[in-house]
Amino acid sequence: MDTPFIPNPQLRKAKATFSQAAEILITAVIKAMGYSAIIFVIMIFYFLMSEGIAAIGEVPLNVLFSTRWYPIEGFYGILPLIGGSLLVTAGATLFAVPIGLATAIYISEIAPRWMREILKPIIEILAGLPSVVLGFIGIIALAPQLRVLLNLPTGLTALAGSILLGIIAIPTIVSVAEDALDSVPRSYRDAALAIGATRWQTIMRVTLPAARSGVLTAVMLGIGRAIGETMTVMMVTGNAPVMVRSLSAILMPTRTMTATIAAEMGEVAKGSVHYHVLFLIGVILFLISLTVNIIASAMVFRVKKRTERILS
Amino acid sequence: MLKTRLWFILILVGLLTTACVPQSPSTNAPVGDNADAQIEVKGSDTMVNLALAWAEAYQKENTNISISITGGGSGTGIAALLNNTVDIANASRRIKQEEINQALSLGIEPYEVIVASDAIAVIVNPSNPVNHLTLQQISDIYQGKYSNWQELGGEDRPIVRVSRETNSGTHVYFLETVLRLGDPDNTSLFDPNTLLLPSSEGIIAEVRDNPNAIGYDGLGYVTPEVKVLGIKTSPDSPIVFPSIDSVIQGTYAIARDLYVYTNGEPQAAIKAYLDWILSDAGQSIITDLGFVAITP
Repeated sequence: MDTPFIPNPQLRKAKATFSQAAEILITAVIKAMGYSAIIFVIMIFYFLMSEGIAAIGEVPLNVLFSTRWYPIEGFYGILPLIGGSLLVTAGATLFAVPIGLATAIYISEIAPRWMREILKPIIEILAGLPSVVLGFIGIIALAPQLRVLLNLPTGLTALAGSILLGIIAIPTIVSVAEDALDSVPRSYRDAALAIGATRWQTIMRVTLPAARSGVLTAVMLGIGRAIGETMTVMMVTGNAPVMVRSLSAILMPTRTMTATIAAEMGEVAKGSVHYHVLFLIGVILFLISLTVNIIASAMVFRVKKRTERILS
Repeated sequence: MLKTRLWFILILVGLLTTACVPQSPSTNAPVGDNADAQIEVKGSDTMVNLALAWAEAYQKENTNISISITGGGSGTGIAALLNNTVDIANASRRIKQEEINQALSLGIEPYEVIVASDAIAVIVNPSNPVNHLTLQQISDIYQGKYSNWQELGGEDRPIVRVSRETNSGTHVYFLETVLRLGDPDNTSLFDPNTLLLPSSEGIIAEVRDNPNAIGYDGLGYVTPEVKVLGIKTSPDSPIVFPSIDSVIQGTYAIARDLYVYTNGEPQAAIKAYLDWILSDAGQSIITDLGFVAITP
C-alpha cells in the first residue's frame, strides 16, 4: 500500500490542517518574493529621491539646467550629461538593432542546425564579456583606428562609446528576439510558403510581424542595457562635458550621466551639494529607464491587441 | 541517494572553507613592543606606486604589519579619512580649508606630513615638433584660447587637451598653478572640450597614440613613449625640463609636494611607518620611482 493507513481520525485531521497551514505559508512566502521586486524598486527610488531632491533646493534651477558641468567650482549644469547619455545610447541603438535583429533572424530562420549550435554559445560568450575588458579593447584598438579612419582630432568620442555599447546590447537583443521568432508557430511559415511566398517574404511579412511584440521587447531591453552601462563609456568617450548641439557631436568627446556618477561619487563628502546633485542625476537616469520600459510595455500591449484582431 | 550526495557536497564545502581560513596571525608574530597592526591607505593615484613600494619594503622588514593601498584620487582619499574608513590618506595636493572644516565637524583632525615632491610634466606625442611652451601658453591652451598647433609653431593639427578627472589632486594643482597661473582671484576654467580621463595610464595612452594631444602627468608616470616639454615661466626665461635636479633647485615651475594625512598626530604602528617613510630607507625608494625626495 502506498499511503499509510492512519487509524486515528484526529491525527488524520491534524495532518490535513498542518498541510493546509504549510500551503498557506508557502503561498505567502512565494507571494512576498514576487512583490519584493516591486518593494525593491520603490525603496531604491525613495532612497534616490531622499538624497537627490535636496539638490533642487541647494542649486538654483538656472544653474542646474545650464550647459557647464564643473562641480569642483560649483558649476552643476546637467544638460551636457543628459545629452551625452542620450547621444551615446541612440548611437548604440542604431548600431545594435540592425545587427542584433539580423543575427536573430539568421539564427532562427535561416541557419542550419549545426551553425545555430555554434552561433548561440558564441553570442552567450559575448554577453558574458566584462565591460571593463571591452573598454580596454576600445582604448587600445578602437579609438586609435577611429581617429585615423575618420580623421578626427581624437578617437575617444561618443561614436567609440556607441559602438562598444552596441556590442554590449547585441547579445540581449539577439537572444530575446530569437526566442520571440522561435515561438511563432510553424504553421504560419508553412502557410506563407504554400501560397508561393519566398523565404524573404515569409520572414518580412509573416514571421517578423507575428513576433513583433517580442522583437520590440528585445530592442527596448537592449536600449535599457546600453543606457545604464558605465565602465566602458567612462573609458572610451573622453568624458568631456560638451553640450550636444548637433548630430556631429557623435564624433566629439562626450560625458554620460553614468560615467559622471561613477567618476565622482567616490570623491564627494556625504551630504555636500555635489553629493546631492549626483543623486539627482541618478533620479533622472532612473526616470529615463522607467520611461523606456513604460513605452516598451505600452507598445507591446497595443501591438498584441492588433495582431489578435487580425488573427481572430 | 540524493540526500547522501547533498551531505557529501556540504561536507566538502565545509572542508574547503576551513582550509581557506588563514592561520591566526598571532601565532607567527615576533614578540616585541610593536604588536600586529593593519594600516589602511587610500588616496592619490599619483602616489599609488610609491605607496605600494613603501608598503612592500616596510612589510618585508616588519612582517607583523600589513598595509593595504588603494588609489582613487586625492579627493577620494581625503573623503575616506573624513568618513573614518582609512588610517592614512595620500594626497598630491594640500587639504582644502573646506575639507578641514568638514573634518573638524565630523570629529576628525587632519594631521599633515610632507613625504615627497613631484614634478608635473607637460607631455605631447613624440611626432609633435613643439619642444617647449611658456606657462602662459599652456594656460591658454587648456582654456581653449588656442585650437591649432600651428598657432604655437607646430603642424596644422587640432589641439586635443587631455586632463585627469576632477577628483585628482593633480587636476586641482594644475588648475591652480598652471591654468590660473597661481593667482587665487583668477576664475578661469578648463575648456569644456578637455578630455577628462580616469587614470594616469589613460593619459599616457592617449598622448602616445594621438599626435594632436597634449597632457600632463606626474614625472614618475611619464614613459619614454611620450615627449616631455620644456617649460618657460616667461617668454625670455630659460627653458627648464622637469627632473629631480630642477625640482630641488626650484627652477622647474610645476612642482608640488606630496602629502599624507592622518587623523590626529599619528600613534604607534602608523607613527613608526611614517617615521620610516621619512628615514633614508623610505626616501631612497622615492628617487627610484622618479619622484623627488624631501631629504636628499
